Amino acid sequence: MVDSNAKRTYLIAAIFLVVAVMYLIRLFTLQVVDTSYKLSATNNVVRRIVNYPARGLVYDRKGTLLVYNQAAYDVLVTPRELQPFDTLNFCNITGVTKEELKEQLQKAKDYSYFKPSVIIKQLSAQRYAILQEQLYKFSGFFVQTRTLREYPQKIASHVLGYVGEVNQQMIKKDPYYETGDYAGITGLEKSYEKELRGKKGVNYLMVDVHNRIKGSFQNGRYDTTAVIGENVVTSLDADLQRYGEKLMQGKAGSIVAIEPSTGEVLTLVSSPTYDPNLLVGRDRGEHYLALARDTLNPLFNRALMAQYPPGSTFKMVNALIGLQEGVLTPYTRYACHYGYTVGNYHMGCHHDTVFTLSGSIAESCNAYYAQEFRSILENPKYPDVRQAYDTWRKYVMSFGFGRTLGTDFPNELKGFVPSSNFYEKYVFKGSRWRALPIISLAIGQGELGITPLQLANYAATLANRGYYYIPHIVKKIQNENIPTRFTERHYTDIDTTQFPKIIEGMEEVLKPGGTAAMSRIPGITMCGKTGTAQNPHGADHSVFMAFAPADHPKIAISVYVENGVWGARYAAPIASLMIEKYLTDSISSGRKWLEKRMMEANLLEPKKPKKKAPAETETTVSSTTNKTPERDTVPPKEIAVKRDSLVIQEDTIN
Amino acid sequence: MGWLNIYAAVYNEDHQSIMDMTQRYGKQLIWILMASFIAITVLIIDSKFYVAFAYVFYAVVIVLLVAVLFFGKEVNGARAWFEIGGFALQPAELGKFVTNLAVAKYISQYNFKMHRFKSLAVLGMLIGIPALLIIAQNDTGSALVYAVFILVFYREGLSGMFLFWGFAAAVLFVLTLIWNEVRLVGFLIFASILAYGIVRQKMKEVVKIVVIFAAILGVVYLFSHMVRPGWSTAMILYVATGISIFIFIIYGIRKRIQPVFWVVLFFVSSLALSRSVSFVYEDVLVAHQRDRIDEVLGIRSDPLGVGYNVNQSKIAIGSGGVTGKGFLKGTQTKFNFVPEQSTDFIFCTVGEEWGFLGTSTVIILFMILLIRLLFLAERQRSRFSRVYGYGVAGILFFHFAINIGMTIGLVPVIGIPLPFFSYGGSSLWSFTFLLFIFLRLDASRMEILR
Repeated sequence: MVDSNAKRTYLIAAIFLVVAVMYLIRLFTLQVVDTSYKLSATNNVVRRIVNYPARGLVYDRKGTLLVYNQAAYDVLVTPRELQPFDTLNFCNITGVTKEELKEQLQKAKDYSYFKPSVIIKQLSAQRYAILQEQLYKFSGFFVQTRTLREYPQKIASHVLGYVGEVNQQMIKKDPYYETGDYAGITGLEKSYEKELRGKKGVNYLMVDVHNRIKGSFQNGRYDTTAVIGENVVTSLDADLQRYGEKLMQGKAGSIVAIEPSTGEVLTLVSSPTYDPNLLVGRDRGEHYLALARDTLNPLFNRALMAQYPPGSTFKMVNALIGLQEGVLTPYTRYACHYGYTVGNYHMGCHHDTVFTLSGSIAESCNAYYAQEFRSILENPKYPDVRQAYDTWRKYVMSFGFGRTLGTDFPNELKGFVPSSNFYEKYVFKGSRWRALPIISLAIGQGELGITPLQLANYAATLANRGYYYIPHIVKKIQNENIPTRFTERHYTDIDTTQFPKIIEGMEEVLKPGGTAAMSRIPGITMCGKTGTAQNPHGADHSVFMAFAPADHPKIAISVYVENGVWGARYAAPIASLMIEKYLTDSISSGRKWLEKRMMEANLLEPKKPKKKAPAETETTVSSTTNKTPERDTVPPKEIAVKRDSLVIQEDTIN
Repeated sequence: MGWLNIYAAVYNEDHQSIMDMTQRYGKQLIWILMASFIAITVLIIDSKFYVAFAYVFYAVVIVLLVAVLFFGKEVNGARAWFEIGGFALQPAELGKFVTNLAVAKYISQYNFKMHRFKSLAVLGMLIGIPALLIIAQNDTGSALVYAVFILVFYREGLSGMFLFWGFAAAVLFVLTLIWNEVRLVGFLIFASILAYGIVRQKMKEVVKIVVIFAAILGVVYLFSHMVRPGWSTAMILYVATGISIFIFIIYGIRKRIQPVFWVVLFFVSSLALSRSVSFVYEDVLVAHQRDRIDEVLGIRSDPLGVGYNVNQSKIAIGSGGVTGKGFLKGTQTKFNFVPEQSTDFIFCTVGEEWGFLGTSTVIILFMILLIRLLFLAERQRSRFSRVYGYGVAGILFFHFAINIGMTIGLVPVIGIPLPFFSYGGSSLWSFTFLLFIFLRLDASRMEILR
C-alpha cells in the first residue's frame, strides 16, 4: 500500500535526527569541552574540614608573656539530628536567652538541615565543662574547640592590637581567609598576622549527599596539618610599659620610648587605655561599642595617630638647619627683649638678655629662634624665600617628620609639614613670599603636625647624633629574621658633626636655670627639651622629649600630656621618671613625691574639650598678634584652624 | 534482530553499574526475566489477536486508569500505582501501547479519511481520555507522551500545517517567556512584514509599509512625549501598530489584496496567543512546572532548589569526560548526589561512568533503533501495522528526547523513564509489549493485507 504520504517518513526521521544531533553536541560540550563540571564533582563529594592552629605567643624583651591563647568552645548544631530537648536547661548552661536560641536554631535550619552551623560562639571554659557533661541530653549539638587571645599583663593594648573575625574585604585581598576566620585587626596582631596566624590544616573527607562521612579522600593524599603560629618577641619592656601607663592615669596623651642604638620601641603608651582582654570573646562586640562611644576615645592610638604641633622641642631642628646652612654658629648671639618685634608684629618671650645657641635651648628663647629662622629663610644663597623654605622643609623631612617612618605599626600617620604650595595657596596667595607670616614655624607652632612616635624618633636621632633606626616593636620572630629595614641606619641631611653643638644646650635644660630643672635625675646626665603645643580648643598640651644618659644614650623618649599646659609641668617629670625607672629600675627616694604627684594628677576632670590635631586640609591662618607672654613658649599668632575631628582609623568590625 | 541483542546488553550492564542497592537490582532482574517471558509470549500469540482485541485492551486499561484514581497508592504525589504483593504496577505505562493499538485499529478502518471532522474527533478522544485520566493522577509528564501521536497522524495524512503551527506556537510560547513585551511585539511586526513581503514579492511595497510604519511610530512617540508623558514604550508601540493595521486594512480593501488580511490575522492571533501565554503560564501550570520551565530557559537560576536535580545531573554527566570514570567508579552517582538516579536520571550514570563515548553510543543506538522502526513501519503492508509502528517509534522517541534532554538541561524536568534503561517494572513491561507486538506484526507482515 503505497500512498503519497510515504515521503513524510523522511521528515519524521529528520526530526529524530535533529534532536539526536543537538543532544550529541550538548553532551560533547558538557563532557569534553567544559571542565568546570569536573571540579564541581570533586567539591560535591569531598568535604574540607579545617583545623585552626593556635596563634603565636607574644613576649616582651625580657621574656615576659604578653599574649597567649585560651581555649574557647563553639557550640554547633546539625538540625537534622535535633530531638526535643530541655531548652530551659540548655539556656541556663550556655547563658543564652531562649529567644536567641530559637533565632539561631532557625538560622541553622535555614542554612542547612544536614550541615552543622555554629549557634553559640566562644563559650567559656566553665560553661563548656557543664555542657560537656550533659551534652548527651542534647542530640544534634556538638562542640568545636577554638583558641582565643588572652592578655595576662593587661597592658599595651594599643601596641598589641586585637583579633577579630575577617570581613569580606580581607577575604578578597587574601585568599587564605574564609568567612568565620579570625585575623589581627590592629596593632602587632595585624602587622605580624602572617607570622602569628600559622597555617590552617585541611582534611579532605569523602561525604555522601547527606554529609555522612565515608572516609578520607584518596587516603589523605591532599590533607595538610595545621601549623601553629610563630612566637614573636617584642621590644617592649613590660615593666616600663606598665609604669608608663600608671603615670599617664587620669591624663590623655602618650609616651613613646625608643632604644636609640637599635630603634626598638621600649614603651608605647596611649592614654586613656583599656584592658586588652575586653576585646576578646563573646562580649567583645558590646565592649567594643562602649569603648568606641567613650568621648575620651580610648581606642584611638594617640602615639601613632594624634598629630600635635611639636612646640619648642622643634627648636633644635631649626638650630641644626641653621648650622648646616652656615647662617648660625654656636656663638651666634641674638637678643631677646621680652620677645621679638618687627613693625607691628610681636612674638612674646620672657627674657631681657642676649643668648648664644646653648642658652637659647636651655631657656627656650622664642626671639632667638625667630631671628635664626628668618636668617634661614632670607639666606641670600637662595633667590627667594620660597626656595629657602623648600630647602628647610627637605631638612625637616629628613628627620622623619611629615611622612610615615615605615614602622611595623599599622595606622601610623604622616603628620604634617606644609609644602610651599600649601602656604602659597593659603597664606601668600600670589603675593611675594616673606619670612614673617610663617615665622611661627621657628618655634614649632603653626601648621606643623607631629606624632608622638615621630617626636620620640627625633629624640633618638639627636641621641645618636645624626641618624636613626626605623622604630619597630618586633625584636625577634621565632623562625625568621626581622625585616632588614629595621637594621639600617637612616641619616638626616644634617652633617653628624653639627649635632654635638646643640647637645650642650639640651643638657642645660635639666640644669639649674633650664626650663625643666625640676625634672633632673641625680646621677644621670639627661638631655631634653620642653615644649608647649598650642591647642586652640583648650589648655595647651605639655610636651617633652629627652634622651639619657647623655654620652651613650640607652633611651630616647617623647611625652605628650594633653592640656598639661607647659612642657615642664607634666611631660618633663613623667619623662624623667620613665628614664630613671628604665636606667636604674627604681625611683630614688628624693623623687618619690614627684612620682606620686604625677600618678595622682588628673587632667580629665573637669571635662575638657576633646583634643584635636591639626589636619592637612582646611587649615586657615590669620595673622593677628598675641601679646600674652608665657613661661615657655608663646604663640605668636592666634591660629584659627578648622580641624578635622580625629578619625579612628581602625577597621571596624562587621 | 541484531539491535535487540546489543540493546539488551547495554541495558544489563548499565543496570549493574548503578545498583549498589542490591534490592533494586534484584527486583529489576525479576522484571527483566518476566519481560523476556512477556516478549516470548507476545511473539507466540497470533498477530490477529492484537488487531482483534485492540479496543478491548484499550477499554480494560481505561477502567484500570479510573480504578487507580480510587484504589491506587500514592507515591511522590502521584496516585498512579497499584500495589500487588511487593511489586507496584503503573497502569499509565500500559496505556501507551493499548492506545497505540486502538489508534492503529481506528485509522486502519476501510473508509478512514484523516480530514473528516469525525475522524479527528474520535482520534482526539482515543488519545485524550487516557491523557486526561493520567493528568488526573497528577502525572502530567506521562500524559504529555500522548502528544507524540501527532507525528503518527501526520504520516497518515494530517496536514503539515498542524505540525508547523504547533511548532510556531511552541516557539512563540518560549519567546513570550524570555522576551519582554516590546521586543516580542517588535519581532511579530518584523515577522508579519517579512511574511507579507515573501507572499507579495514586491520590494517597493514592503519599503513603503516600513516607512509608513516608522513615520506613524515617530508621530505617536512625539505625541506621547508632548501630551501624555506617562506612556510606556510598549503602549506607544501598541498605539502605533493599531493605527498602522487600520490603515493597512483600508489599503487592502481598496486594492483588494488578499494577503493583507492573512498577515493581519497572523499578527493579531499571534499577539493574542502570546498574551494568553502568561495566563496559561501563571494560572494553568502548577508552580513546580513553572519553576522547571523557568530553570531551563534561564529566567531563573536556583541550583540548590528547583534546579538541584538538573544541576547535579549535569555535574555528574560533565564529570565523566571523554571516556568516563569507569564501570562502578562514578562518585556522583555512587554517593547519591543525583536524585532518582536509577529511574528518571539513569542517563547520568552512563554519562559519569562511560563518558562521552558511552553517551554518544547510547544516543546513536537509540537513533538506529528509531530509524529502523520507521523503516520497518514503512515496509508494512497493512495500515494497522504501519500506524502501530509509527506509534512505537514516536513513543520511544518522545521518552528518549525528554528524558535525556532533561538530564543535560535542555528540556524542563518531566519525570518519564528512558526506555529499557530506567528502573521500573511497569515501564519495562510496557515498552516490551509495545515493541514486541510490533515485531510480531512485522513477522507476519506477509500474511495478509489488512
